[in-house]
Amino acid sequence: MWQALSRLYYKLGSPKWFYEISGRWMPWFLIIGSVLMVLGIVWGLAFAPADYLQGNSFRIIYIHVPAAMLSQSAYIIMAVAGLVGLVWKMKMSFIVAKVIAPIGASVAIIALVTGAIWGKPTWGTYWVWDARLTSMLILMFLYFGVIAIHNAIESEEMANKAAAVLAIVGSINIPIIKYSVEWWNTLHQPATITLTSKPTMVPEMFIPLALTIIGFYCWFGFWVFARTRNEILLREHRTNWVKKLLISKVTANDSIVGDPETNNRAGE
Amino acid sequence: MFFDSFSSFIQMGNHGIYVWLCYGFFSAIVAANFISPMITRHKVIKDLERQMRREQK
Repeated sequence: MWQALSRLYYKLGSPKWFYEISGRWMPWFLIIGSVLMVLGIVWGLAFAPADYLQGNSFRIIYIHVPAAMLSQSAYIIMAVAGLVGLVWKMKMSFIVAKVIAPIGASVAIIALVTGAIWGKPTWGTYWVWDARLTSMLILMFLYFGVIAIHNAIESEEMANKAAAVLAIVGSINIPIIKYSVEWWNTLHQPATITLTSKPTMVPEMFIPLALTIIGFYCWFGFWVFARTRNEILLREHRTNWVKKLLISKVTANDSIVGDPETNNRAGE
Repeated sequence: MFFDSFSSFIQMGNHGIYVWLCYGFFSAIVAANFISPMITRHKVIKDLERQMRREQK
């Protein structure tokens, strides 16, 4: 058991292994994520019944809730990756923490903007300084802070450490977001779905929401893999396996684009 | 289908503007998240290839 764990640790820490395994997983994340998203969105937009109170504006839920959930999960993953990097000095872990920041920021922006637009027909205003909205805004700024640290600090090692500390300290915001609708009597409605109790929605409304949530997490995995692979190529370009990879790419390109004559002959 | 015509689907009982604005914004951010790492990858590979060729000469 312990040996298997330590083997996994060394594998996870190896950029080459991560590059290979992520290349194999990426198409699946993309395909499954896209199918679920398209199914969920079409179902939610055109087939789910309208909300008896909010009418059709409730259809925004099918992107608002996945984005809000993912922006918090992504933050936790970023903070844990930063912690692992600090404690066990794992390089791969720092790379993952770094690439999550811009993705998480963009997802938090989706949650905030769709929430604001949804607020207009429902509450009569785009923005209030409600506890849930304010803590989500802080989450977005925490992501911006991590991005800013990486841009501002030249030394890779220093930037990684500073960003990890900010991410870990900022994670106090996550329970505040989660419980804000319970602790304070605010405008934002309480959670629609929780892991511990039955959904408060009818199945025709709930199933498409579950689809878009899972689909969005798959897309997130795809985005993290894509960005992490770029970082790996940049950092490991002196190693033999990256050089071999590049050479095989060059020759592959040459045989397709480089020599039109052989191409024509092959096509005859 | 919940709506009885395409125009009522677009209008969504006067909430169409809010719903479509949200989905439009969402699509733009999602597209950016897919395209941005693709562009970076293309650039990184091109730069590294150029560097390798320079070193071989």
